[in-house]
Amino acid sequence: MVDVAPALEMRGITKRYPGVLANDRISLDVRPGEIHALLGENGAGKSTLMNILYGLAAPDEGEILLDGTPVTINGPSDAIARGISMVHQHFMLVPVLSVADNILLGKETMANPIFLDRAEAHRRIVELGKRFGFEIDPEAKVESLSVGWQQRVEILKALYREARILVLDEPTAVLTPQETEEIFAVLRRLAAEGHSIIFISHKLYEVLAIADRITVIRRGKVVGTRIPAQTDEDDLAELMVGREVQLTVDRGESHPAGTVLEVDGLRVNDDRGREAVRGVTFAVQGGEILGIAGVAGNGQDELVEALTGLRKPTGGRVTLAGQDVTNQRTRQMNEAGLRFVPGDRHRFGLVLGFPVDDNLVLTSYYRPPFARGLLRDEDAIDVAARRSIAEFDIRTPSEHVPASTLSGGNQQKLIVAREFGGELKLLVLDQPTRGLDVGSIEFIHRQTIARRDAGAAVLLVSAELDEVLELSDRIAVMYRGEIVAIRDGRTADKEEIGLLMATGNRDAAVATAGSPG
Amino acid sequence: MPPPQDERPPRAGRRFVPGPAALVPILAVVLAFLAGSVLILLTGFATVGHLDLLLPVTAYLALLQGAGITTDPAQATNGLVNTVVQAAPLVLGGLSVGLAFKAGLFNIGAQGQFLMGALAAAGTGAAVAGWPGPLAILAAILAGCIAGAAWGFIPGALKAFTGAHEVVTTIMLNTIAASVVGWLVTGPLLATGFSFDRTGDLGNATLPILFGTRNLHLGVLASVLAVPVIWFLLWRLTLGFEIRTVGANPSAARYAGMRPAFLIVFTMSLAGLLAGLAGSMEILGITHFMNASYGTSVGFDSITVALLGRAHPVGIVLAALLFGALRAGAGLMQIKTHIPVEIVDVIQAIVLLFIAADVIVRFVFRVRTGHGGLAELQTVTKSYGEGAVR
Repeated sequence: MVDVAPALEMRGITKRYPGVLANDRISLDVRPGEIHALLGENGAGKSTLMNILYGLAAPDEGEILLDGTPVTINGPSDAIARGISMVHQHFMLVPVLSVADNILLGKETMANPIFLDRAEAHRRIVELGKRFGFEIDPEAKVESLSVGWQQRVEILKALYREARILVLDEPTAVLTPQETEEIFAVLRRLAAEGHSIIFISHKLYEVLAIADRITVIRRGKVVGTRIPAQTDEDDLAELMVGREVQLTVDRGESHPAGTVLEVDGLRVNDDRGREAVRGVTFAVQGGEILGIAGVAGNGQDELVEALTGLRKPTGGRVTLAGQDVTNQRTRQMNEAGLRFVPGDRHRFGLVLGFPVDDNLVLTSYYRPPFARGLLRDEDAIDVAARRSIAEFDIRTPSEHVPASTLSGGNQQKLIVAREFGGELKLLVLDQPTRGLDVGSIEFIHRQTIARRDAGAAVLLVSAELDEVLELSDRIAVMYRGEIVAIRDGRTADKEEIGLLMATGNRDAAVATAGSPG
Repeated sequence: MPPPQDERPPRAGRRFVPGPAALVPILAVVLAFLAGSVLILLTGFATVGHLDLLLPVTAYLALLQGAGITTDPAQATNGLVNTVVQAAPLVLGGLSVGLAFKAGLFNIGAQGQFLMGALAAAGTGAAVAGWPGPLAILAAILAGCIAGAAWGFIPGALKAFTGAHEVVTTIMLNTIAASVVGWLVTGPLLATGFSFDRTGDLGNATLPILFGTRNLHLGVLASVLAVPVIWFLLWRLTLGFEIRTVGANPSAARYAGMRPAFLIVFTMSLAGLLAGLAGSMEILGITHFMNASYGTSVGFDSITVALLGRAHPVGIVLAALLFGALRAGAGLMQIKTHIPVEIVDVIQAIVLLFIAADVIVRFVFRVRTGHGGLAELQTVTKSYGEGAVR
């Protein structure tokens, strides 16, 4: 043990919500200059603990000490004043404002009571950037920055407010492997300067790569603290889930059997009328998983929406099981054998205010047995819901509680239960495990392979390169609306795919790395 | 292990009685009456010159008495009938606005739809006055329903196909409806032989009065029937599931293969029909003709009713009965205490205020749960110009 007071100590934190013990006497200490990883499944209590630290919730029991002094944190502004800053998974930036404006927002540097001191602010932003190894133009509009650089803006914002303790919530969820490495370099530099970092994640290899210590939480309790040198992924996964977990699913051999989906020269515009998918051609066979790798925003969303009838293509052809479905509505595509797990489950996949059972029939409510003529058959809906809940292990007190009360993993299981069941020819999976815990990911991967082995064609779109590499029989890399390469899933090289994702061209990669935008 | 059957929360909307969702509306009403009593005190002070602390109690008791809450059988019958007759159009109007809420639409146009329904019923009723009773009544009601539905179809179609926000278009259509009334009543529908501009006598199209009462007309039955019909539509038919899905999450509705454009047009047309039906009943059952400056606030009161009833058919009935009782009892209150009848409009407005600003209610009564959150208000406050529905 080092003989310094921890920068932050949380002692015996207990937080009860009606029916749930979210935090059960959790103790956590973070030393100055330490990167401390907080590992746990969704719903394990990480967010509750961080909300308590950030003053968004008051603990029922326990105390928080900063530099050895007990403190009470009354809300985020209090937390920020005490040097605690949080970088959220979804960035809290205003896209149309400049980097400097975003950083100043909420803590304005004033020249006098009326006007901002922009010059001073710029100077400090550039200086901070230099100190931590990234230079940024304070006048650049945030919307023009890549996701990786937006994240740096968030970190800069925290540093500008003189944060000593930084909480990063799933910071790598949206980054390419290269960007992840770059952000890790920034974090190491911060730690070397004495900042304390709490790194929330459930990506085991990342935690092992970046953390000085790892605290694992399960069901509201600390189940262990590890040092990376003395642990490995299997050990951490078991701690986190409470049982042995198979981290990589054995995808087995694929047995392609006839083309199910054929996409020919497809062109799709985005919401602003710009061409987001620019003449994409590929095919998916039954019994095969085609993975589409790519940095978010390279046309994958528009491609998926066009393939599922949510967006009209401007050109090209889509054939599903021999049937031209190019301008068809979603309902007709469903009838032709399409099932779809949408990327944004709150926007598309669920009606959060509706009960679980209604959500389970969201795409089949109009068909027998769930409807008899114009009438809903609620008994049939209930019976099917109870079966799905049991079969897919959806953790819910009842099929009648709103879907909003389920954890993220269980919400996704609900969608999977709905879309994977019954007859299907093509399964389109858009970010199927985004934000999910190890247990749920394992479950969804197994189910996906089971559907493939049963003869379904699977189109997997994921920003999570590891997921694409792990599941896909073939991998297509999408870059700026085009498919720039297709590789065999078993022999693909992660570095090469990463470069293709970042640049569209493996050779040009080195030249552009490290510049913003 | 699954929890025992009786502990499972029932499906929302499945039960016919409102649950904890009623908490905020009920407390809003309580607060509004408290605020109203302050106004009554001040009014009393202004008229009599001294502060009578018992005045609010006396006034509210008179109000209740006038609404039929009394031991005198004759007065009770009379008051209750008045309450029901006053509540009947509010039920239909409330269902009109409430149904639109369920589809995520804010139908401010109930007023215009009501007027168009009333006008069509008055015109048609006068034209078929000589037909056999049931036929004449049916024809007049049908005309009112069609006119109301058309007045709902227009903003629905504009929303579905051009993205024009229904709040803007229905407000405009309200003004247009009032002008159409003025034009038709002074022109094509003008009846001769009266000292003022009005439509002709209804003759056989007049709704019969029931049970030998003074004013309990057959039209009240329409309100009674509409409640289970709308409830059945919303919670028993797949169409209702689609309407509720579009209202709760239009993106998910498209994902599920539903047709938001059709659903919006359908819901607005049905909402218009309900308001038009309310207008027909008022004409055929109560006023028996329409004049050029026909004045009513039923369409706007319906918004308050729908919000107070939380867009649930049963809640809407309760809210309509409350406001019906206020209107029925206000006269007696004025006679007994000299508090002007307009005080009930003020109370009604304060109810709306507290519903809209439910934070106040939650603060005063320390309501902690999120269950009372009013989803309908999100529809009301939703930003404009979301673009056309694809």
